[in-house]
Amino acid sequence: MKVRYLIFSLVVLIAGSGASLTVSGQKVEYIKTADLEKILKNKEDKLSVINFWATWCAPCVKELPHFEKISKEYNRDEVTFFLISLDFPSEIEGKLIPFLKKNKITHEVVVMTDTDYNLWIDTVDPGWQGNIPATLVINNAKKIRSFHPEELDEKQLRELINKSL
Amino acid sequence: MKKYLYVLLIGILLPMTAGAQSAYKAGDFASDFKLKNVKGEIVSLAQFTDAKGFIVVFWCNTCPVVKKYDERLVKLNEEFAVKGFPVIAINSNDKGVSPGDSYEEMQKTASAKKYAFQYLYDESQDVARKYGATNTPHVYLLSKTDGKLKVEYVGAIDNNADNAAAADKHYLADAVNSLISGKPIAMAGTKAIGCSLKWKKV
Repeated sequence: MKVRYLIFSLVVLIAGSGASLTVSGQKVEYIKTADLEKILKNKEDKLSVINFWATWCAPCVKELPHFEKISKEYNRDEVTFFLISLDFPSEIEGKLIPFLKKNKITHEVVVMTDTDYNLWIDTVDPGWQGNIPATLVINNAKKIRSFHPEELDEKQLRELINKSL
Repeated sequence: MKKYLYVLLIGILLPMTAGAQSAYKAGDFASDFKLKNVKGEIVSLAQFTDAKGFIVVFWCNTCPVVKKYDERLVKLNEEFAVKGFPVIAINSNDKGVSPGDSYEEMQKTASAKKYAFQYLYDESQDVARKYGATNTPHVYLLSKTDGKLKVEYVGAIDNNADNAAAADKHYLADAVNSLISGKPIAMAGTKAIGCSLKWKKV
């Protein structure tokens, strides 16, 4: 419980001036390009696992429960997960939040509200064409950075994290 | 220590190999193709002798981002086909992976959405591979140059999938207008989030 609160605080801190939306107890934070850049530039010696997904992306929906499950297995001092939704801003209340409730996704989800994707895609990875799901694993202190613009199964995700620790 | 070096190597090399694919970018020359349209006719770009170029867009029936752009693509075709740049939409999704993207569904979609542009079926996915398309929608603006098909712009239609009225950077329309007026294209490549192309599972 304490861990989740601390992760939440981290997310709120990062969200900065961004707003948030709470519907029936389910909350999402909104982030913009500057917030994403802060996440990408984090200098701490810990692994960040950043997943880009959306409810409208079938393979994303399929792998999201793996992130939800695996995020509970790691100490937040070691691995921080960021589930960044690219759901349409007009569909957060009507689609994203009901989806999170229905699928029991308790991990914090942030919504990227800069819809001019061209502004920030290259900062994640210059080779990324914009297809999701996509997962970036980084630890800047250890100069670890690997980008996976594809669906990951539970085994692949676990292996990826373990070999980056 | 060795483990970290290995990861570091992968971390450096992997992003580099992604760029090493032959995905078309502005300045490259594109291949023509022979694909079936929703009326059962075989279509090649060479058949359009009056066209000055083509707005080739990788498209499909199922992707919600594509659906957001439906009206916009119809309007783009209305605006630019008469000026020599017709829209050519291509569905390269595998129907085994995505049943909603079958040929029969394409015919239904084209009819329901009143597509006045060519909607072609890239069943073998060879055209998507050749062009380096990775998501839908994914635009390749081509111009007829020196008897070849020159890639002029690759990427997004505009800067707001969700809300057409809020889009204020009309990347594709600006690129076409630049070609028409003989001016250089300000942004020859942009990126956009879309549904991944549904590749056949081997």
